[in-house]
Amino acid sequence: MSDIATRPAPNLLANPLVKAGLIVAAIVAALAIGVRLDTSNTLYAIFVDPFQQMVQAPDLLVQTIWEGLVSGVLYALIALGFVLIFKASGVFNFAQGIMVVFAALTLVGLYEKGVPAFLAVILTLGVMFALAVTIERVVLRPLVNQPDIILFMATFGITYFLIGFGESLFGGNPKQMIAEQLYLPKGAVDLQILGGLVSLQKIDIAAALIASLMIAALAAFFQYTRIGRALRAVADSHKAALSVGISLNQIWVIVWFTAGIVALITGIMWGARSDVSFALEIVALKALPVLILGGFTSIPGAIVGGLIIGIGEKLGEFYWGPLIGGGIESWLAYFIALGFLLFRPQGLFGDKIIERI
Amino acid sequence: MLYREAGQYKSSYASDMAVFPLKEDRIGIAVILAIALVAIPFLGSDFFIASVMIPFLVFSLAAIGLNILTGYTGLISLGTAAFMGVGAYSCYKLTTLFPGVNIIVLILLSGLFSAGIGVLFGLPSLRIKGFYLAVATLAAQFFLQWAFVRVPWLFNYNASGAIEVPQRTLFDIPLTGASATPETRYFVCLGLVVVLTWFASNIVHGKLGRSWMAVRDMDIAAELMGIKLLNAKLMAFAVSSYFCGVAGAMMIFLWYGGGEAADVFSIRLSFNILFMVIIGGLGSLIGSFFGAAFLSILPTALKFGLPALGIPIQGAAAEHVTFMLVGALIITFLIVEPHGLARLWQIGKQKLRTWPFPY
Amino acid sequence: MKTSNLLKGAALGALFAAGALAPAMAQDSVYFANNAYRTGPFSGSGIPIGDGMRDYIAMINERDGGVNGVKVIYEECETGYDTKKSIECYEQAKSKNTIVYSPWSTGATLAAIPRAHVDKIPILSMAYGLSSSADGTNFPWVFIPPFTYWDGASVMVKHMAAELGGMDKLKGKKLGLIHLDAPFGKEPIPVLENLAKKYGFELKLYPVAAADMQNQGSLWLSIRRDRPDYLYNQGWGAMNPTAVKEAAKNNFPMNKLVGVWWAGGDDDARAGGEQAKGYKSLSWTLAGTEAPAMQDILKHVVDKGKSTTPKEKVGEALYNRGVYNAMLVVEGIRNAQKLTGKKVINSEDMRRGLESLNLTEARLKEIGLGGFVTPTTISCTDHSGHSKMFVSEWDGTKWTKKGDWVEPLKDEVRPLIESNAKDYVEKAGNWPKRTESCEKSS
Repeated sequence: MSDIATRPAPNLLANPLVKAGLIVAAIVAALAIGVRLDTSNTLYAIFVDPFQQMVQAPDLLVQTIWEGLVSGVLYALIALGFVLIFKASGVFNFAQGIMVVFAALTLVGLYEKGVPAFLAVILTLGVMFALAVTIERVVLRPLVNQPDIILFMATFGITYFLIGFGESLFGGNPKQMIAEQLYLPKGAVDLQILGGLVSLQKIDIAAALIASLMIAALAAFFQYTRIGRALRAVADSHKAALSVGISLNQIWVIVWFTAGIVALITGIMWGARSDVSFALEIVALKALPVLILGGFTSIPGAIVGGLIIGIGEKLGEFYWGPLIGGGIESWLAYFIALGFLLFRPQGLFGDKIIERI
Repeated sequence: MLYREAGQYKSSYASDMAVFPLKEDRIGIAVILAIALVAIPFLGSDFFIASVMIPFLVFSLAAIGLNILTGYTGLISLGTAAFMGVGAYSCYKLTTLFPGVNIIVLILLSGLFSAGIGVLFGLPSLRIKGFYLAVATLAAQFFLQWAFVRVPWLFNYNASGAIEVPQRTLFDIPLTGASATPETRYFVCLGLVVVLTWFASNIVHGKLGRSWMAVRDMDIAAELMGIKLLNAKLMAFAVSSYFCGVAGAMMIFLWYGGGEAADVFSIRLSFNILFMVIIGGLGSLIGSFFGAAFLSILPTALKFGLPALGIPIQGAAAEHVTFMLVGALIITFLIVEPHGLARLWQIGKQKLRTWPFPY
Repeated sequence: MKTSNLLKGAALGALFAAGALAPAMAQDSVYFANNAYRTGPFSGSGIPIGDGMRDYIAMINERDGGVNGVKVIYEECETGYDTKKSIECYEQAKSKNTIVYSPWSTGATLAAIPRAHVDKIPILSMAYGLSSSADGTNFPWVFIPPFTYWDGASVMVKHMAAELGGMDKLKGKKLGLIHLDAPFGKEPIPVLENLAKKYGFELKLYPVAAADMQNQGSLWLSIRRDRPDYLYNQGWGAMNPTAVKEAAKNNFPMNKLVGVWWAGGDDDARAGGEQAKGYKSLSWTLAGTEAPAMQDILKHVVDKGKSTTPKEKVGEALYNRGVYNAMLVVEGIRNAQKLTGKKVINSEDMRRGLESLNLTEARLKEIGLGGFVTPTTISCTDHSGHSKMFVSEWDGTKWTKKGDWVEPLKDEVRPLIESNAKDYVEKAGNWPKRTESCEKSS
């Protein structure tokens, strides 16, 4: 059970039965969609019309890709939190979504209590550190060496607890992110290109920049610092790391704290785009396909995965969504990820799985 | 002293293969059934039956379904709620198309549709493993949930967009619809759950169940031993989705009595059922019942029990405390016994066996 | 394990029974259970509503010592906007003999409608729930004052026509409907489709999945592409502030974006900041605390520290809706007392009281809300009243009334309600026939 994720995949696509099954599934799906459409020009609507639209209104295409890029970066941020923790402790951290909400709520809550904005950020970081220490002491340490699925379950317990705890402290009503006080830019840059108007929100540009900076900083941290090397050692093998004197407990605190920082930044960015409420927790689920696509253990994977999912779902929704009534964004990401998985079952950048009996 | 196998000899193949080989176990199950059949309907209040027992039974069945897939075959699924939804919608379509057929038969039939959809979304499991498989089932979850809202044929073009549960009777006693009493609905649920649990128990103890467990423990080894992975995994998806589908149909027809089904069969429900299975014990039927009891009864009991006991919290504060308590209890239970409540049950039985002279 | 659970359950059951007896023993009180959601993703809308209801009832109890001396025991049951919990709350309310059930979610209303007709508990779903339940002949136990979502959609079309300069100007225009992809959000579609056909405008649908409430980027791109002339927002919870923000971001003219009444919360508009100025929403209660009844709430409840509502939140748009809902309950009780001559009424009396509720302008003045809310008349066949509403506008800090009270297109809505009600009843099979006699409107 424990090493379920690390086992290989026999190439069952070679199995004719499976192939037949997949083809039948594809035909059924195509028929189901076809029935909903005007049958006479279904093919036109799927294969020609969207591309014509792209050529006719390139400004909208650029805008769509930009939107996809920005949401991709934000998905990648959430996924990054998952990856950090999965790499170092093998825990599939279901609580990352609620940590985003919790961090953002703490920040806004402290500000509302009259704490100056930047002091509130520092205090929130303190809270996230305390949270990391508590989780390590109370949850991870007693559960060391348990199967993955049990640790996964434990993070669900953390989620439940944080929902109750966060709401009782800050109340459930949505709050405004203190974007201005943090000197995050407002407004938009309007570009006159390609015969149309492409408007780039400054906050989105800032989000993309901050995310890139953070990813670069994390990469440097992993590559060049002593702690970073220790983290990578732990990711490779817990036992080997222990034998050379790396403290697992300390590493876990650091990793959860780093995930807490990532959560805070994600919370600020998402919060500035809409508002801070417990509904944000649902958005975090979007990180799952990103994660799967990129591989659980790869930081570049999280980023590339985020961008593919973000751009793919926006293009899909914008150009093909109206054909079947719209709103397909909610599941398109998973199908994109599924498509990639059928060819690379360990994700794009995931560790190659080697199987022995 | 009271509970031991000493002196109970198995003198035939049949008794050797019995599900409950011990006399004490048989007595125990009889007592539980007696309580479920007699004591609860006669002593329980309507609120207790309708809001505690019926949900418990429905969740138990869904947890058994998921346990077959996750606990016995080792395939993680986060699409349970969607498969339940397929059951509910098929049952609704069936009962409006064939109003004359008894609703219990239709509830049992609707699981078959769910099984079909389950197999379809189970196909990727042949190539993808572990948490990676979870995303395939998530695709099912989100796609089906979207379809429940978007395909008006599924809810008979009702303006409300919801399943409107019609009244269906057996011997003139209403089983579904508003005039069905909680007791009747409870008996139908209980009957279905008992029969299907017996069915599940026979499957997992039989050839199919053993092949599932072999696949779970190591699929390559299982394949080398001659188990067809394709058949075993797809059968697991089919049987599991069948149980979930029936549970979904029961949920809408015998518990909710109609409503926005797309909202009901959300990702949250999928997670909840997965957690019931894990808390209860992976690969244990009785664990499914324990898990369902823990996660479905506990929040209700805390919410309505604490004010009734005179602890003066209510409204939002009670909800927060409930969330925190449930979270803390989940962690505590995992620390105390990571193999689930079913393992605690086994340990308890072992203690009882040696009591009062533990060696 | 199993037995201990059962014991626990039995003990709980006994306690519930004891709980149910308690209000009956206190002779001068009636019990009113309200579903609230102060937690979860929709709490942003749920909290002000719950506050308004609680404070109005507290004010009646404080100022008048209850309704004609009968105290109203108000209890909230937390649902988190979750249908499963709402059903629990219904069972709980039933076991405690509530005089009226207030579901506060469309899902909960749909699940409760069949039960209520058997359990004989009136449902008061104020301007939400099943639109066709406005048909009192088929749904004697459901009340949906002062109007339905379908009335709202028709007023939206009227508003559009008024700004364009007449119904005939609608031809060739485009109306976009942003809606939550759930039965609640899809509610206005049939009416809008009918009206689009009749007046020759085009209807574009923009569904928002619940999981993507705060992630509406591509939807607004489609809006940019389609360039609808007007947008109607049938949204709820976290979806609304996001929609307002996105509209500002995409340079959609804010004064062409009109929300349904539930999309007209203060927090919803505030999120858009300066750019949200001009955002409109349908409404039937004026925001603010000028009304005498609101002053009484401040005086008797909030200022005395008997409420947990922050003072600056009193008078917000959604808060005042809560007050209106509580007022309907209180007036229903008063009317029932008058009809039956009893002081402590039960749920069946309450149904009679609600069915003959006639809130004229004069009566509203007596209550202290005259001119601030819409007058409504409920009758035996018409359980909604199809009352007037107005378009309110966000001026950057608060909601203000813009334009006159508008009557919905009742001729369009009513036939649809009746045919859908008939359809519902037929499909349900063996739906209880109305046996309750009609009261004369008082």
